Amino acid sequence: MHSHAPAPTEEEIRGVVAPLASLEGPLLPMLHALQETWGFVPQAAVPVLADILNLGRAEVHGVISFYHDFRDHPAGRHVLKICRAEACQSMGANALAESTLQKLGIGWHGTTSNGALTVEPVYCLGMCACAPAAMVDGKVVGRVDDARMDRILAEVGA
Amino acid sequence: MKIFVPGDSAAKALGADDVADALAREAAARGLDVQLVRNGTRGMVWLEPLVEVDTPEGRIGYGNVTPDQVPDLLDGKLNGLGRVEDIDWFARQTRLTFARCGLINPLDMDDYGAHGGLVGLRRALGMTKAQIVQEVIDSGLRGRGGAGFPTGIKWKTVAEAEAPQKYIVCNADEGDSGTFADRMIIEGDPFQLIEGMAIAGLGVGATRGYVYLRSEYPDAIHILTQAVKIARQRGLLGADVLGSGRAFDMEVRTGAGAYVCGEETSLLNSLEGKRGTVRAKPPLPALQGFLGQPTVVNNVISLTTIPVIFERGAKHYADFGLGRSRGTVTLQIAGNVKRGGLFETAFGLTLGEVVNDIGGGTASGRPVKAVQVGGPLGAYMHIDQFHTPMGYEEFDSQGGLIGHAGLVVFDDTVDMLRMARFAMEFCAVESCGKCTPCRIGAVRGVETIDRIAQGDPDAIPLLTDLCETMKDGSLCALGGFTPFPVMSALRNFPDDFATFKEAAE
Ligand SMILES: Cc1cc2nc3c(=O)[nH]c(=O)nc-3n(C[C@H](O)[C@H](O)[C@H](O)COP(=O)(O)O)c2cc1C
Ligand code: SF4
Ligand code: FES
Repeated sequence: MHSHAPAPTEEEIRGVVAPLASLEGPLLPMLHALQETWGFVPQAAVPVLADILNLGRAEVHGVISFYHDFRDHPAGRHVLKICRAEACQSMGANALAESTLQKLGIGWHGTTSNGALTVEPVYCLGMCACAPAAMVDGKVVGRVDDARMDRILAEVGA
Repeated sequence: MKIFVPGDSAAKALGADDVADALAREAAARGLDVQLVRNGTRGMVWLEPLVEVDTPEGRIGYGNVTPDQVPDLLDGKLNGLGRVEDIDWFARQTRLTFARCGLINPLDMDDYGAHGGLVGLRRALGMTKAQIVQEVIDSGLRGRGGAGFPTGIKWKTVAEAEAPQKYIVCNADEGDSGTFADRMIIEGDPFQLIEGMAIAGLGVGATRGYVYLRSEYPDAIHILTQAVKIARQRGLLGADVLGSGRAFDMEVRTGAGAYVCGEETSLLNSLEGKRGTVRAKPPLPALQGFLGQPTVVNNVISLTTIPVIFERGAKHYADFGLGRSRGTVTLQIAGNVKRGGLFETAFGLTLGEVVNDIGGGTASGRPVKAVQVGGPLGAYMHIDQFHTPMGYEEFDSQGGLIGHAGLVVFDDTVDMLRMARFAMEFCAVESCGKCTPCRIGAVRGVETIDRIAQGDPDAIPLLTDLCETMKDGSLCALGGFTPFPVMSALRNFPDDFATFKEAAE
């Protein structure tokens, strides 16, 4: 849904982050707000954030790159996160992830050629008592087997 | 007719929303007056979606309900489990912290008040700061986030510090695999966390609080954010807490997918909008924490246990437990296990009782081979260690740790060399980069384990040395404790590392 939008202007970026400037420790909330709006943190946001928060650009960039959540480019129309942590591994998550990626012909962080789906690893979704687990666009799914995964893939058009 | 369908995210992951939709549709089609409540979970994830029907005999449970069973459920034709409180798995617990979880509507503050909510806070409002801190010390509560540090002592340090502003920060980063207690209580009883943080604020003289909640938990973020709004509207939060004239308010902040941000100083950096690198201690966060001000950093379960201590009294709480592990432990039974979920009980059950009696053994039906206790930095315990009682010191003496009390069960198909490799890989991916033994050591660790896998026996002593270096030379437990899973795998399951025999054949 975000892939073909034009790059946001400085004004649009300010509009999203400026209302958060009065928070204590506003940078993470701002980055989340940007990603929520555009699906990724646009490069053009770095100088704007640096200006508002009185930080160096390198510093802002350093924060963005530290966190796994923030993307610097758009993801596919849907995002599937597959849990790779221990409890899910005990229930076959490795095989599930392998077969899913193979079916889609992509690797971790890859996007299907039709732009429908990006697959990312995640380390625990708090579903460890109903493993293996995955999350599709913020919705959790438990006890995922191959059949369930196929249904998910079909639903998102991957 | 009142029917409960959990809105907990684990229940939803197993289809609870579809069941709730089917119920609403079917009830409407029949013209039935059904009041549908989305409660939290009772913790019996193995029975989710666990639907409860309110009857004069009590709340009758129906396990693993599917949407197509809904007509039978409404006809009274579906086989039930009897009263939920009588289900053996539930009846055997001591539910103190989780007493209301699954019982009430999580966002109904009146329901909360009708089940003992706010009694603790009202009591605390009549006490001095010193009395509040002493009550927590007397309860024997130790931090449930992993390190087991006495909560009352931490509060005392913050209470005695002089500063213009102090903070209560709740650590809801819950990154450990095998743990979900924080998520469940936030989704099932969010006002309890708010109440606990307000009491902490009164005890140490802090008027502001933050909950740092991981981004992997969107449902919990949503519920807690709503609960904070309601609490503000109802005067539980704000300038005049419950009409006492004393102030406390709080905000929910979302993490950004870094495991190390569960470490308290990294969390504070992250909250301030910095890279989540770990800070050297001293200074303690209790003296120089968020924005350099005195700060209580406590885990969700530590803070949600506070209202219980103030409602029932420190002694009531301290009377449960074993040795220096007082009160209850919220066990999270996970992985390849038949009956997984949250089981709250006094400290002292043995590991074997938890895995076999309560958990029912593996889900696959194969023999149990290993149990990782305490998250990705916890040891892989062997079935020969099943006699170990659940207690901080007892696990320590077995070369393990309780951590956030998650247990991940593995059957005999697990390859422990692969799990050791994963532990090193995880450390390499999540390292904050501050110390060499962790940043570089973990990468070397992966390579060394790969050499073992390829049949190089000389790599085993190398791995042991490397683990020693990581243990001694790391600033925080990410680098310092990764040797726990690695070395316990090597020590307890040597056959999985004996690849050179095969290579020589
Ligand atoms: C790598 C690492 C990750 C941690 N993750 C968490 C976590 O997710 N939740 C938590 O409460 N404590 C976590 N801790 C422990 C915290 O540093 C700290 O001890 C705890 O929040 C203090 O609260 P408590 O005394 O109530 O347990 C972690 C520690 C380390 C070293
Ligand atoms: S041990 Fe690792 S995670 Fe911890 S401070 Fe050092 S580099 Fe950072
Ligand atoms: S380990 Fe996968 S959900 Fe916790």
